[in-house]
Formats: sequence, C-alpha cells, structure tokens
Amino acid sequence: MTGGGNRDTTKLLMERSVPGRVGAVLPQPDVPAQPLPDPSLLRTELDLPEISEPEVVQYFTALSQRNFSIDTHFYPLGSCTMKYNPKINDEVSFLPGLAGIHPLQPLESAQGALELLYRLQGFLAEITGLPGVGLSTLAGAHGELAGMLMLRAYHQARGDTNRRQVLIPDSAHGTNPASAAMAGFDVVTVASDDQGNVDLKALHDLVGPNLAGVMITLPSTLGLFDTGIVEVCQTVHQAGGLVYGDGANMNALLGRVKLGALGFDVVHLNLHKTFSTPHGGGGPGAGPVCVAGSLIPHLPAPVVTKSSGDGAPVYGLAAPERTIGKLSGFHGNFGVLVRAFTYILTLGGEGLRAISGNAVLNANYLMDALKDTYYLPYDRRCMHEVVFSADWQKARGASGLEIVKRLLDYGFHAPTLYFPLIVHEALMIEPTESETRETLDAFIRALRDIDREVTEDLELVRGAPHTTPVSRLDEATAARQPDLRWRAAV
Amino acid sequence: MTVSSRATDSSSDPQFQFPYIPNTPDEQAAMLATLGVASIDELFQDIPDEFRNPTLALPQPMSELEVQKELAGLSSRNRALGSGPSFLGAGSYNHFIPAIVKALMTRGEFLTAYTPYQAEASQGTLQVIYEFQTLISNLYGMEVANAGMYDGATSLAEGVLMACRVTRRSRMAVADTLCPYYRQVIVAYCQAQGLELHSVSPGQSLSLDQETACLVVQYPNFYGYIEDLAALTKAAHAQGALIVVSADPMAMGMFQPPGHYGADIVTGEGQPLGIPPSYGGPYVGLFSTKQEYIRQMPSRLSGRTVDSQGRTGYVLTLQTREQHIRRERATSNICTNEALYALASTIYLAALGKQGLRSVAELCYQKAHYAAARIAQLPGYTLPIQGTFFQEFVVQCPVSPSSINSRLLEQNILGGLDLSEAFSNAHPSEGGTTGGSTSPPSGHFTNAMLLCVTEMNSRQEIDALVEALSEFGQ
Repeated sequence: MTGGGNRDTTKLLMERSVPGRVGAVLPQPDVPAQPLPDPSLLRTELDLPEISEPEVVQYFTALSQRNFSIDTHFYPLGSCTMKYNPKINDEVSFLPGLAGIHPLQPLESAQGALELLYRLQGFLAEITGLPGVGLSTLAGAHGELAGMLMLRAYHQARGDTNRRQVLIPDSAHGTNPASAAMAGFDVVTVASDDQGNVDLKALHDLVGPNLAGVMITLPSTLGLFDTGIVEVCQTVHQAGGLVYGDGANMNALLGRVKLGALGFDVVHLNLHKTFSTPHGGGGPGAGPVCVAGSLIPHLPAPVVTKSSGDGAPVYGLAAPERTIGKLSGFHGNFGVLVRAFTYILTLGGEGLRAISGNAVLNANYLMDALKDTYYLPYDRRCMHEVVFSADWQKARGASGLEIVKRLLDYGFHAPTLYFPLIVHEALMIEPTESETRETLDAFIRALRDIDREVTEDLELVRGAPHTTPVSRLDEATAARQPDLRWRAAV
Repeated sequence: MTVSSRATDSSSDPQFQFPYIPNTPDEQAAMLATLGVASIDELFQDIPDEFRNPTLALPQPMSELEVQKELAGLSSRNRALGSGPSFLGAGSYNHFIPAIVKALMTRGEFLTAYTPYQAEASQGTLQVIYEFQTLISNLYGMEVANAGMYDGATSLAEGVLMACRVTRRSRMAVADTLCPYYRQVIVAYCQAQGLELHSVSPGQSLSLDQETACLVVQYPNFYGYIEDLAALTKAAHAQGALIVVSADPMAMGMFQPPGHYGADIVTGEGQPLGIPPSYGGPYVGLFSTKQEYIRQMPSRLSGRTVDSQGRTGYVLTLQTREQHIRRERATSNICTNEALYALASTIYLAALGKQGLRSVAELCYQKAHYAAARIAQLPGYTLPIQGTFFQEFVVQCPVSPSSINSRLLEQNILGGLDLSEAFSNAHPSEGGTTGGSTSPPSGHFTNAMLLCVTEMNSRQEIDALVEALSEFGQ
C-alpha cells in the first residue's frame, strides 16, 4: 500500500526540491581560505535537488516497495538463477578492511584482500577443472569479451590469423554473438537438433580452417545437458578451434561435472547467478574467466600471485606474459568477489553439490507437475530450469506474455519469456535450490489456475496484471518519443 | 584443510545441513518419489559416466560464526582508509558517505531484484534509473545519460567506440594526460576493431585531421589539472571529430561541466558519489551524450511512459540497440551493469543535493590547495605543473616517492601515487608490462608523486603529512 504525502512516489526528486532544504551537512573548512580559480572556470548553475534527509529516506523506501525481489517474491526467472542472497555475504563485504581499502595502496598493506582473491582463483579453478583464473572482468558479458579476445590472441600467437569464424548455437544468449563481434569475429549460427542438442551434422559441415572456436552454454538455455558435448568439443578441437563455455547455467553442474574435463578451453562464471551475489536490480555482477593451460598467458591483467619464500606467503598482482590487456580500471568487482568467496566457504564442496542437486530436483519437480497443463517441447530430463511453451494457451487466446503478466497478480515474478528464441511462446522457469516445496506447489497451482482462467475468463488474463503498481505500459510510445530524463516545464 | 568431497549426495546425509537449502532429506525423497526417481544422482544421468561426480577438492563447509571469523581475519590484514590519513586518489577516492546510502541500497527490495525487464514488477528500480539519468545529465550539463556502465575506464572505452560508430572514422586522438590505465582499457577494448590510437598533448598542436573520430581527454586530467575544454572542443569539432571527456563527477560540484563547452560524449567514474573504494569495485560507469546520438548509446535506458489506465510509469526503452535483441549487431555486448551502485549514487546526490555537493567540492579544493602550498614551501619539493587543479596535484620530490611512501606507511599515513610506477608498469601496484599494441606514454616527471586531498583529510592530517615529507628535504 502506497503512502501519502512525501511517501507517494509520483513526484520526482527535482519536483520535490525546496530551496534551502539540506539532506547532509559537511564540516566547516579548517584550513585558511585559498585563492579561487578564474571565475570563468566555475559553474554557476547546479541542477540538483534540495531535499531533507527524512524525505530522501521516505522516497527511496517507497520506491523499493514498488519492486518484486527475491526477498519478497518467488522469482523463477530462467537463466538468471534468482536464488537466495545470503546476508552474511553482504555484511562481510562491508567490513572496513574490505570495503575501505584503496585499489592502489601498497601490496603489503592489502595482503588479506589478495589472499582472499588468490584462494577464490583456486576455488573456481577446482570447480571448473580449468587451472587459470582471472577475476578482473566485471559481468558475464565482460567475461565473454575477455574469453573471445583470448581466443583471438591464442590463434594470433600461433600465426593462425585467418581464424575469424565463431560458431554459436541458435539457443544462445544474445551476449554471445555481441561479445564475439566486439572481439572481431564473424558469427555463424549452428542449429539445434530435435533433442535440443547441438546438431552434430550441422556442426561437422560448418567447421573448417577458418574456425576460431565455438561458444556453448551448458546446460543449454533449454535447460538441457547436451548429450553430444564431448563430440562437440572433439570436433572443434580437431578443426583447430577452441571451445568457449558460457557458465551462466553453472548452478546445474556444481560438483557434478568439470567443464575442463569435457574439453572446454575457457569458461566464464556469473558470480551473481551461481554464487549467490545479489543482482541489485541489474548489477553489479562479476564474470571471472577460467582457462586451460594454453590460454593462461593471455589472461586479462591483473591476476593474483603467491610466492612462498622462507617466511609467510606473499601475495601480489601480475600481468600474464601475453595478456590481452586490462579490461577494467582496477582488479575486478572486489565486493562481489568477497561475497562469492564467502558463499563457497560456507558451503564447501559438499554444499555446492547439494546446491546443484536441489536446483535440478526442484526444476524437475515443476516440469513433472506442469507438463500436462503446458506444452513441453523437449520432453526429457531437465537440469536446473525447464522451458515450456504457451502454445496450448495461445490456441485458446492467451499469449505467453499475458500468462506471465497474470502470474504477477498471483504474487509470483514472471519466468523468462520468449527465450530461447527457438521455442515458440517460450516460458523458461528456474526455481533454484533455495525455494521450499510449499512455494513450488503454490506456483504450480497458480499456473494451473491461470490455464483454467484462459478458458473461463480470457479477458481477466489478457488484461493482466491488475494488482501491480501500474498496469501494462505503453512501450511503443516510450521508444517512439523517448523521455529519458526529467526537465523543468517551460 | 581441503578435503575431497565424496561423490555421493550429501543432501540425503543427515550429518550435513545447509542453511540455504530448505527442503529436508525427507522432503527431497518425497519429491524424488513423485518423479519415479531413486536418487538425486539419477537426475544427472545425461552427464557421461566417466565425467560424472568428479573429486572436488574444496574446504569443508563452515558455520556462519566460523565464516565471520575467517573474513574478519582477512579484513584485519588490510590497512583500511579510516585507520589513518590517506592521500591516495588516481581514480578511486576517499569521500564521506552518509549513512542513509547503505541503509537504503541494502533494502532487499532493491538488492535482490533482477534487471527490470518486467516493468510492472520493477517500477522502483526503473524510476531510480530515470532519476539517475536525470541527475547525471544535470551534473555533466548533457542532454541524456544512460543507466550506467561497469566503471569509469570501460565507460570511456565504450564512449570511444561509440564516437567511431557515429563518425564512421577509425582514428582516436588520446590526450597524454589521460589516466594510463584508462588508456590501457581503451587499447584492450579496441584491439579487435581495427582502430588506430594516437597520443596528443593538450596545449600543443593536436594534429587532428579528417580521419580523426574523436579526441579523448580527462577532466580534471590524470594529474588533477583542469584542461582547456573550450579550446579542445573547438579543435575536435573543426575536423568533424567528436570530443569524448572522462570527467570526475565530484569536480562538477565546482567547475563548469563539459556540456557547457559543447562536449559530445561525457563519461566518468561514479565511485566518488557514495561508493566505497572497496579495492577497486564494484563502482559504476557514468555515460552521457547529446540527444541526437541516443540510438548509438550502449547499455540500458529507462524511459517514462503511461500505463493502460493513463498512469505514469517507467520501462526499459530503445532496446533494439541492445544485445538481447540485436545480437552481433548491438551497440555493445553489455548486459548486467551496476544498477545497485547507480542507486547508491542517486541516493548520494539526492542527500547531498545542490548545496552539499558544492560544499564537498569546495572542501576538497580548499584543503588540496592548502596542502600544495605548504608542500611547495618545503626544501626539495616543487609543483612542476602550472595551472588550476581540483583535489589532486603533482609534487616533485627530493627522493623516490616509493621510498617516501614506505616511510609514511610506517607512520600510518597512506601517501600518494608514485607516477613513475604508474607509467612504467601495467598497473601501479603490479609487476610486468601490459600487452596491447600501443605502449602507454612515458611519465613527464622524475620522482613525482600524485597527491590527493579530500574533505576526509583534516588540517591536522595534512600538517602531519607535511611534517613527514619535510624529513626528506633536508
């Protein structure tokens, strides 16, 4: 329920401004007044709001209440791994010796931070089975860019400069082709077969002397473990290419299989998915890259090193010999890395296996309970997520979009919609391990109820959502006449 | 301390309990029964046998109490900025953060939400982004800003790529007063794009031409000094090139914004606006431009519109620029950015407001100039650069800055950046050299230290620094 007065969110910050109000007071200067620069260099206008501290708190608190979030709602957004974000991880990331350290301070004054990073590199290497780890990339797509630049550097270092082609399955995330293009590659799409695996015949036909590599998501965005994965890796390697693994779906595989053993050469991990760091409404993430020995010299700078002399180990930072360079200002999203490190410490190897086991169990439980109500295009064991189609409901007049909007009225966040692109009316559902059976049962009931509503009260579904702070928004006008900032009325 | 975990399902083993997995072994067994499956392991049979259930050499699980102690131990082995005077800046700054920033940004409704693709369920986040776009546009004097980039360095690199798209040219003129690691990130981002990078010196002949896509400058520059943006903008525009400026948002509390001079793309590091230094991240990249270029911008945009009942609401818009729609033809591959820290900056700017931001900027300026004037009077120390600076300045020292810094640290003072290290290494705190085709420019000075003084430094701290420095000038 929305508050009134200043707690109503209608007015924007600049509209709340009252000349003379202050939200923070700074100390008086304690040094003698210094000469000011030439007045022409100084600004005269500064359009920032003037608001008191209580008003700021009331406004932002009221705004927060207009969000769905994991803490307030089941959030089964496929491919996004919206699992519980442990509070201890946030708390330790704010410790003064972790949040309050400068990235350029002398290494001897940051040994605790460097040790943490070094140990995290080791954990991620063990989890993926890939011995080289770089932590400096700031999101999944950033890790993809690093990985593809490493592929490029690898081939160039071998004088193999014609390998410009990257194969990407038609089920891939959009970041895959976008990252490959930023790294200078030509993207060629590979079809999936009727089991949702990479079509091996199509793959054999496409690989050749121009192949730089392939980008594979495992399990695929269909939520399926590609049973031909070993042959995919062998085929690509035989053609002289490398295998890039998009680790977005790693939550399914923790402790169950090591991607390095299957033949992957480089994998990025989304710490803000599998390793529980909060999404924050769209970041921060962290996208470390894990690589096989052949790519270690090309890792982005810096990597964390350990040298053990006679005394205690000393940790440092280094640029790998043939690094692709620096992709971020400093050493990575440290605060996110601290949270992921803490998560792994809490769970240990046993716990990580229990995470993947329960994530896959929960997804299969949903799949089994709903496959008589919603069309299941790939009727086989799923991994951590399941992709349905709303085709049966569409035939009765309600699209996937309308069904997921109606779910909001039941108090559940929508699944990922219309992705992967190869499934018509796709509904991609990822429950994660951190939900109870009771929540899953309630969600199953809601989706069955909505299916019934499609038959009995179609308009109720088509007009949804009815209970959210706003109803369906006019996106066409937003794109045609972009209003991207507040301006004073003239 | 490490053990090999057994290749069995601990979830059915009552010895181990994990607080983040609610379903008990009994409940799991009941769920498996509905599937007609005997064990969790059976769910993974698509994984070839020889690869399934590998040995996993990771530590034993820990209780929260043990984890807390472990992390507190690691934290205690770092020197925290709050534990003594600090004069280090160079891209990450020690500024005051009001308590409400953390209190509001860590609300679960903000912290644990996803990217606001479902607009009806994400109005809070979307309205925050719209507010952020407004305030950043105002701060830089620009027409539009996006929802944020990863950090200041990547934001500038994306600005350079955008300038090349807009002008359809491929040569970048980069000021040699730009932060050396920002320059390295530009090189890394552009290495596969067939772009050419040239160094130019502001104040001298820039040798821009009709093939120059953009002139790239930092404001204040890496050394802390104000560049002549009026002249630089004019020079770029005279050749049909864009000017891309990386500007410290805190300096905008006092100095004319780049938009005032007609800048085309203005980026920046949002960290000074309410974000702790946190060993280099997470921060948020600021990115703003002119209205005419919005369809070439990278990253997300929140737009204001109306719902089916005519009420105001917000949506992600112009998404056809982005990777999930446009795939390999997108303006950038960026997806997840730094929304939580865009929120932090928005709360910070709302709390500080017009008067507060001006006060912080003026305190930084006053204290930095007090410190510079006192250090300049010390025997053996000079200020080699003439001009107007904000909160950072270069001091030529009688001996090597790294030896000074070691002595300062013994007195629990964190000194400034040794500029020779900043230019000779891939990273000031890192050995070895960076890759990439273009080597960074050499430093202009010997024994030079880049000092930073902010509102966090009391006069007493500054006097202690001056006293400590005086020992080397005898």
